Amino acid sequence: MSSEHTKVEHAQEHESMTKSKIWKVFFILLGITVVEFIIALAVPETLVPKPVKDFAYIILTLVKAFYIVAFFMHLKFEKYTLIVGLLVSFIFILYFIVLMINEGNYMNSHMNL
Amino acid sequence: MDTIAKLDEIKTTPWAGGRSPFQIEYGKLMMWFFLLSDAFTFSAFLIYYGAQRFSKMTWPDPDLVFQSIPGITDTGAPLVFVGIMTFILIASSVTMVLAVEAGHRNAKKEVVWWMVATIIGGFTFLGCQALEWTHLHHEGFWWGTVPSAEVITELGADGVSAQQFANLFFTITGFHGFHVFTGVLINIIILIMTMAGVFERRGHYLMVEKVGLYWHFVDLVWVFVFTFFYLV
Repeated sequence: MSSEHTKVEHAQEHESMTKSKIWKVFFILLGITVVEFIIALAVPETLVPKPVKDFAYIILTLVKAFYIVAFFMHLKFEKYTLIVGLLVSFIFILYFIVLMINEGNYMNSHMNL
Repeated sequence: MDTIAKLDEIKTTPWAGGRSPFQIEYGKLMMWFFLLSDAFTFSAFLIYYGAQRFSKMTWPDPDLVFQSIPGITDTGAPLVFVGIMTFILIASSVTMVLAVEAGHRNAKKEVVWWMVATIIGGFTFLGCQALEWTHLHHEGFWWGTVPSAEVITELGADGVSAQQFANLFFTITGFHGFHVFTGVLINIIILIMTMAGVFERRGHYLMVEKVGLYWHFVDLVWVFVFTFFYLV
């Protein structure tokens, strides 16, 4: 890749991630973690059942993952083709999750008799 | 316009050829590909953990297994120590982006200091993990080893599920810890190169961005490990 190209890229990136933006993302990540702690420690399970809590944890984790990948790893500011190329691969992981959770459930009902 | 003229038109769409559709520096693209493959490895580990947990009738209660703060209290403080570890890793991720940001401005001194902060964060995290492992080891957990039957019952598990928990905990956090360790080593190499002025002479700090990608990925994996081992 030519050095000219790298310079163009540099200029774009310089605009996209400023110091104040970095600290903003940090406080968002910290805030989400604090919310997770509050759900875990301060909300009794009589009020919110465990499966609902687990669902909330997973959603909050995905939100955190979005902020890390999009802003810290800078993916939000890359070319559309790269973003899609990387994200589409996660279909395999989703499919694997579905398969293995199904498998776990099957074992739970057939091996623990 | 006739057909020939249409064919002669210069196409400028991303996939029209003549230039990379990704328009990203080669090393960064390769780092992304590596991280994608690494994401598959970690997913496989965590999905297997999930499948095991779904298949068992019982599972050790994370609030009871992880309730100590090394050096302060042995019981009654679930999530506190791992919360500190999470904070350290997120903070070291921030110092890493700040190093990248300083690199964009070619501010060598700032890059050096933010890299030093990142390395300190990495070592602190590894130290915390060593304490966590030591604590669990003293409780009786290890690869292929579980505490006595009474202790396991207290944790809300049985022999089989406690064993699966122990094996998967040490394997997955161990594999993650190994990534943190290599990340720290790579950060140290980059720090030395920065201090030696290699990137200053090169005119850009792209290497800092590439190790930054790796370092954020390690943080990203921890976010998932934290959720599935400590919260769920």
